[in-house]
Parts: sequence; C-alpha cells; structure tokens
Amino acid sequence: MINYTEKIPNNVDLGRDRVLQRALEHWQPAYLGWWYDMGPNETHNYHVYLRTAVSVEPDGWARFGYVQMPEYRWGIFLQPRDEKRQVNFGTHKGEPAWQEVPGEYRSTLRRVIVTQGDTEPASVEQQRMLGASCPSMYDLRNIFQVNVEEGRHLWAMVYLLHRYFGRDGREEAEALLERRSGDADNPRILGAFNEPTPDWLSFYMFTFFTDRDGKFQLCALAESGFDPLARTCRFMLTEEAHHMFVGETGVSRIIQRTCEVMKENKVDDPSDVRALGVIDLPTIQKYINFHYSVTLDLYGSDVSSNAANYYTSGLKGRFEETKIDDDHLLIDAQYPVSEVIGDKIVAKNVPALTALNERLRDDYIKEIEAGLGRWQRVIDKVGIPYRLTLPHKAFHRAIGNFAGRWISTSGEVLTEEVWKKRESEWLPSDSDRAYVQSLMAGRVVEPGKFANWISPPLRGINHQALNFEYVRFN
Amino acid sequence: MDAVASQQPLSVIDSPDYQTDPSRYRHWKLSFDGPIATLTMDVAEDGGIRPGYKLKLNSYDLGVDIELHDALQRIRFEHPEVRSVIISSAKNRVFCSGANIYMLGLSSHAWKVNFCKFTNETRNGIEDSSAHSGLKFIAACNGTTAGGGYELALACDEIILIDDRSSAVSLPELPLLGVLPGTGGLTRVTDKRHVRRDHADMFCTNPDGVRGQRAKDWRLVDDVVKPQQFADHVKQRAHELAKQSDRPADARGISLTPLKRTADEAGLHYKYVDAQLDRQARTVTLIVRAPKSVVEYTVETAFAAGVSWWPLQMARELDDAILTLRTSELGLGLWILKTAGNPDSVLVMDKFILSHQSNWFVREVLGMLRRTFARLDVTSRSMFAIVEPGSCFAGTLLELALAADRVYMHDAEEASSPSFVMLSEMNFGALPMVNHLSRLASRFYRDAAQLDPLRARIGVKLSARDALEAGLATAAPDDLDWEDEIRQAIELRTAQSPDALTGLEANLRFGGAETLETRIFGRLSAWQNWIFIRPNAVGANGALKVYGTGAPVKFNWERV
Repeated sequence: MINYTEKIPNNVDLGRDRVLQRALEHWQPAYLGWWYDMGPNETHNYHVYLRTAVSVEPDGWARFGYVQMPEYRWGIFLQPRDEKRQVNFGTHKGEPAWQEVPGEYRSTLRRVIVTQGDTEPASVEQQRMLGASCPSMYDLRNIFQVNVEEGRHLWAMVYLLHRYFGRDGREEAEALLERRSGDADNPRILGAFNEPTPDWLSFYMFTFFTDRDGKFQLCALAESGFDPLARTCRFMLTEEAHHMFVGETGVSRIIQRTCEVMKENKVDDPSDVRALGVIDLPTIQKYINFHYSVTLDLYGSDVSSNAANYYTSGLKGRFEETKIDDDHLLIDAQYPVSEVIGDKIVAKNVPALTALNERLRDDYIKEIEAGLGRWQRVIDKVGIPYRLTLPHKAFHRAIGNFAGRWISTSGEVLTEEVWKKRESEWLPSDSDRAYVQSLMAGRVVEPGKFANWISPPLRGINHQALNFEYVRFN
Repeated sequence: MDAVASQQPLSVIDSPDYQTDPSRYRHWKLSFDGPIATLTMDVAEDGGIRPGYKLKLNSYDLGVDIELHDALQRIRFEHPEVRSVIISSAKNRVFCSGANIYMLGLSSHAWKVNFCKFTNETRNGIEDSSAHSGLKFIAACNGTTAGGGYELALACDEIILIDDRSSAVSLPELPLLGVLPGTGGLTRVTDKRHVRRDHADMFCTNPDGVRGQRAKDWRLVDDVVKPQQFADHVKQRAHELAKQSDRPADARGISLTPLKRTADEAGLHYKYVDAQLDRQARTVTLIVRAPKSVVEYTVETAFAAGVSWWPLQMARELDDAILTLRTSELGLGLWILKTAGNPDSVLVMDKFILSHQSNWFVREVLGMLRRTFARLDVTSRSMFAIVEPGSCFAGTLLELALAADRVYMHDAEEASSPSFVMLSEMNFGALPMVNHLSRLASRFYRDAAQLDPLRARIGVKLSARDALEAGLATAAPDDLDWEDEIRQAIELRTAQSPDALTGLEANLRFGGAETLETRIFGRLSAWQNWIFIRPNAVGANGALKVYGTGAPVKFNWERV
C-alpha cells in the first residue's frame, strides 16, 4: 500500500479517494518502470536541484531542493475550484460547469485528454539522450526540470483518466506508458512527437516552439466546460511557462554567444563563424524554420469539423475565451483561412466554428513573433547586421490546406523541383545538423563552466549563483 | 393541420387503454358454439379511438385491434374448449376493408408505426396460437376483403372467400395509397401462401384485387364458395380443423379479470411490475419482481391461482406496461430493465411450467410469456439491463437481460449478497424470439461451443465475472466504477439519435436466419416506415394525404 499523501503531493484528496488509489496502485509502479526505461538516460542516483510542486498555494508550487533521481514526487494538482464557474461557450453556455463527465461527451473528452497526455511522456523520450552532451550543469538541471514536469503533466492527464473514465480510462492510462516516441509499431499519437531531439539547439527550439503549442492547447482546454480538465490545465500552465523560458533563453544565449564571437573576431561568413566553434546565424534561422513549421502542423487542419464540435459541445474553447468580446457561440461568425489557388495563396472566409484550429494557430503565431523580436534585439544590441524572420505560415506544412504544396519561406508557390533545389537554403541539411552535433560531442558539467557555443544565463536558478552545484553526480 | 399529429404527445396517464373486455366491445362479437368460437367484426363507424375519422366499411384503427387482441386472449384463457376460431363480418358484402385510411392520413408518423407494430403482433399471435396452442383460425371472407382485411385473413390457417361474383381479396395499398400492405401482407403472400412472385406483383398493384377461381388458382385463398353454401362450408371446415387440436373438451377456463394498475406522473404501477419515469433523464426504469417465497405448484394449485399465478400476472402486467409505454412516452428512449425477488421461486416455476406443457393452462401461460418477451425484441426503445445485488435475473426473468441491448452487471463479489444471474431450461428454447431462436442461441449465433457449456450451468449462480466470461454480461464494473460508468452509459445512449438507435437495435437484436416474423419487422416494416415519411405518401400531394379528397396525387417520379 502506498502512503499517498506522503509520496504523491496532491490537492485531490487522494488519501480518501478509493477510485484513484486503486487505479494508481497499478499505474504508479508502471510509471516508474517507464521512467527507468525511457526517462533521462543513466541519471539514477543523481541529486538534482529541482523545483517540486507540493501544493497550489503561492509558496507551495515551487519548492526547491535536491532530489535523488528518480524519486521526484510527482504530484496531482488542480487549480482550486470556483463554485460559480460556468460553461462559457457553445450550446451549453451559461450552465454550471460540469463536475462530472457528461456521458454524451465521454469518448470525445477521453480522446482530447489522451492526445494531450500522450505528448508529455513523448517529449521526455525524445530528449532522453541529451544529458550526455549538456553545455553546463545549469542546463543539465533545466532539462531534468523540464522532464520531471512533463512527467507530472502526464500524471495530471492520467489523474483525469483514472478519476473520471472508469476502466477505459485506466486502459488508456496504461497505453500512455506503452507507446514510444519514434517506435514504428507503437508510435506517439502526433507526428512531431516522433521526431528525435538530437541536439541542444533542437531541444531549445522544441521547448520554445513546440512546448508553446502545448501551452496554447492547454489554454484552450483550460476554458473547457468540464471543470476538472479546466482546473488541471490551469495548473499545468504555471509549469509550462518555465519550459518556454528554457527554450527562449537557450536560443537567446546561443545567439548571444555567436554574435559576441562574430564581433570579437570580426567575421560574418558562416564558415568563418563555424571555424570559431559557434553556431552561425543562418543555421539558427534554418532551425527556426524547421521547428516553427513542424509545430504549426500540430494545430491540425485549417478547417476542422472536430474543432467545431469540441467548441459547440463546450469541451475546448479558444485562447482566452472569456476575454473575447463576442457571443461565444460563433454561429454566424466568419474567420479567414488561407489556401493555394493557382500560384497564389488566397485568404477566404469560412464559418468561424470550423476555423478554430486556424485561429488558435494565429494566436500562437503572434506570441512566436514577439519571442523572435526578443532574439532579434540580442543581435541588434551586439550590432550584427542580420535579421531573423519567421517563414510564411504555408512553408513546409504537412497538415491542412498547404499540405502537398511547395511553398517558399516567403510564401511563393513553387514547383516541387524548384522547392527541393532550394530546400537546403531553408531547412537544416544533414551537414548543418552534423556540424551542430559536432559541437556537442561531450558534456560540460564543471560548476560555473559553459560550452563554447553558448553564453551563460543572466542569473541562476532560484537566486543561486551560476557556479552553484545544480547536479550532484553520485 | 393534422388533427391527431398535432395533439400533445401522450403520457402514461392519457395513453389508450389496452385493457378491455367483451362487455365493452364496440366492434366485435365473440360467440361460442362448442369447440368453435366465432369472432364477428362489426365496426362501429363512430367508435374511433381518436377523433377525426369514421370507421366505415369495417375499417379498423387501434381501438378495433385492441378488442381483437383481447378477444384472442379470452379464447386462449377463458375458453379452453375452443379449438377453432372463425373470423367473419356482420356487414353486408364487406368482410373488412383494412386500416382506416383517414386515420392513417391524420396520424403522426410515430402513431402509425406503433399502430402497425401492434397489429402485426396481434396477427403473429394468431399464428403463434395455431402453432403452439392447438387453436386453428379460419377467415370466412363473406364480402370484400381488402388491404388490412386480407392481411388479417392471411394470418389465419385457412381463407375461404365467398364467390358472389363481386367480393374480391385485394391489397390495394400501393395503387390507391402509395404505401405497402405493411401488416404482414406482402410477406405472407410470398412466405406463407407461396403466391408466385409475378402473380403477387399483379395482385399488389391492382386495386380491384382478385376474386373467384383465380383467387384460388393463385393461392390467395384456400377455397371459394357460393353464398348458399358459404356458412355451412365454413362451419364444416371449422369442425375439421378442430379435430387437429388437442385442446381439452371439458376444461373450465380462468377469468381474465382486469389488471390492478395505477398510472400517475411517476409511472405505471402493478403488483409485480413497476415502470418509473424519469422525464429529465428521458428513461424508464422497468422493474419486474419475482415472488419472495418458493412455492411448489401442482397443475391444480396453479389453475386455482389462475389469473393471480405469478407467471401469468407478471406477463400480463409486463405486456400492458410495454404496450402503454410504447404508445405514450415516446421521448423516454431508454428502458432500464431491473428485477427483484427470489431467484429460486422463478427456477422452481420454470421447471414446473416446462414439465407440464400437456396441460392447456400451463401451456397458455408459457405462450403468454413467449409473446410478451417477443414484444421487447421489436420495441423501438434502447434497453439496458442492470444487474445489481438483490436483482433476480434468473430463468424466465433472465430473458429480460437477454432481450436488452446491453447487460451491465455490478461486480460486487466482496459484498454480502453479490450480484448474479441464473440460467434455467427456460432460456434454451421455450421463449423464442421472432427469429425462432432462443435469446441465448441468437446471442451466440447458435454456436454450440458457447451454448453447450451454459447448459451445464443451469441453476448455478453466475457471478459478474462468471457472466462476463460466459458472454452473458456486457460489462461488469466494480464498486468503484459502477455508479459513474452506468450514469455515463445512460447519458450517452439518451444523447444519440433516436432514429439511428432504433435502426441499429432492430438490426442487431434478431440477426441470423430470417423468418416470416423477422421479415415483417425487419424488412417490410422498415420499407413501410420509409415510405410513410416520403412526400409521395405524406407530402401535401401525397397519395395517402389526398386519398378521398378528390385532389390529384402528384408524385416525384425519381426512383430512390
């Protein structure tokens, strides 16, 4: 028997909830088994300076201290309940928010939760080899933090499955531990989560771009009429912010380092930059192009009846739904969606209900643009004449209206032949990737030391010094 | 404006009453002469069960058929000496002209479908009694026998048509009304009477029908007889048919006294059956109770109990509840079937009933059970059986679970009285469905590998896990899952399309080989119900709508 409150911090009354206890008795050991197999490689017995959520109070959600891997206390937390909360959109608008799963929407909700839940362990699996090439102890600690929190997010989704979906829910929770990122026979559900994360530049890009998709999906689910899902997602969002911070500052520090080296050595040709052991800006631009375009696909088809159904049923809202000033029904509303007609990309209005994926994607793009602007300021500040740009949203897409089209980063409609000829201008080539990986042949773990290709951060974690011993190897 | 269709949906309180008795008949006369009973149709024009139409020319509506159904029950139970039944008419030159067209034109779709279902069941009941009870039926067609009138005749063992140079048998539904002879007519012409298909095609498209020798040559009737000899011939045939019967000559019947029943906002309440309405959830919880104590019956004590004998009273109550709920409470789309009582009392009863089938009364009681459960199979409501601690899904009552679309069993094996189901011999063929298979055989597609081991477990309390393994339960959630699982299953079911569910259930419930009955309920009814909602029948210029108004019919000529 597990001492639940001790082992599993929670605010769901786990100690008295027999439904959950029964489910976890089986799942918790299976989860640890998965972590041993698929969590960060060869980290058992490391002591890592981690943040652990032990309650939802302001002083409880971020307790720092050394944790012996893998004895992290994965907890179950929901944002405290607002008794007056309502369903805020769709046909059930104005009804009290559902505290139980409406039978009518059971399978839809389960699918939504499983799809979200599946991304969490997937990213841990994608990143499991990166500890061997970390650029600093600080970064090693950060990736572990991201990993344990993705693990906790898996717990959060599994909590919903266990608590509200009976036997089907327990079976789905098991299956979340059985799928494997990149496994041909039993892959993770979404394509982007089956791509490897082979190097630290990819990792930072992933956490900036792809984890931000996670944020927007969580934001949309945080509006759900199914209150336990909404409250779970709200709490997850507090942690997701850190992951995006790791990504944004990681890329920013790489840019910083590259620009400093370029300026000190007065070089700007990429091969000269590479000769100095840092990542040239065009390569960074290509990584941006890749991760941005792959992540845009995660929002799904531009026109989607599923998305419309989710909204009308009150299951998944828009980004910041309750701050939007409209009828929250969208029966007559329109929204522009782009498609290729002839050799032009043309926007046309479609029913807004069917364009909710596109709308969420557009909300995401706005935030990405702001982040890109901050990176640009790093370049500008050093005084390097180089502009980072976001590719056109039609570039390199595999889902939606642009799938199967050959569109350049600036939005020209090309033939396949022309596009393929220019592909290496836009996307990292094998040699680009090989170069990036060559910089990361070994790990840098001396406290306070950083790999040559990245700048130190401005400050340490939890006000600790940069040379703090964030990871103790035993 | 449709007079009937525009009325508020019915509740159990204002539903038509399916109970009646001969003293209240308005449309039929029931007379007895030794082994022969005569049912004489004499429909009162002003006696429609709903306003808005006149029942001319011995045409019928639901009220007329309720009386026919009651009369058959009286013959079965109150007159064991009856061996053959003559069905005839008191009208001049008209036997029966079928379902009243104006009534059909005024009725909502749901009313029409339910009416047809009940009339089909009553006609199947005639054939059921011929097959199992030694009751033979003669249609003495002493005048025009049209549409539903001929369909009634088709349900009889023998059809004798008067040869007066004008009376014909006909199925004019298609040429006159743009619909089908949907009360089994089309099916029985082929499957029962083996009328060649080109003759059947001619017959069913000609509004005048067929008379005289050709009617006999085409196998539409068994005999055609001149008016002078008609009555004697019918009587003679009735006596000859009576000879085939093993019904007792000297037995007394039992009196089918009215059921004690309360209908109120909460539902329908009987002694052994309770139907609890939940309008919010759109469900009915139908509870059937078995006796608490085990009684060993003899033929004599069972007969002495008569109408109060549990299997008969329970079946009559359940029958009445099914019919009433089907006619009213259209919006309560899910029936949750529950049971209570002592399983041993049911098993003892089952054994007694099956080992005393040579007794007419016990045999009739089994017939009543058989026909009642068969109504469930063709009911256009979803049914979930809920097996909980305290439930009594044993033997005869297990048929309720086997009739249901899903069986949810509460796996409470650690409880002091865990839930269980029990098989009896009754589940292995005595209560066939419309496909002539037991519900078990139907469930397992007659697979001996699954059925034979079950026979070895007759009388054993099968736990939720046993039942799940044996394929008798759909799901067996445990204590922790039970409540939420059942709630969600019910919510989901009641949220799905009622039309699609009706179609789905009709397809899944009685699969396998076709019988005359499955063809009626599965094929004929489905086509008829499709035609019933098409503009060519019920549009402003549809054939059914304009019939009798003189206005021209306008068809949309596109074949679909």
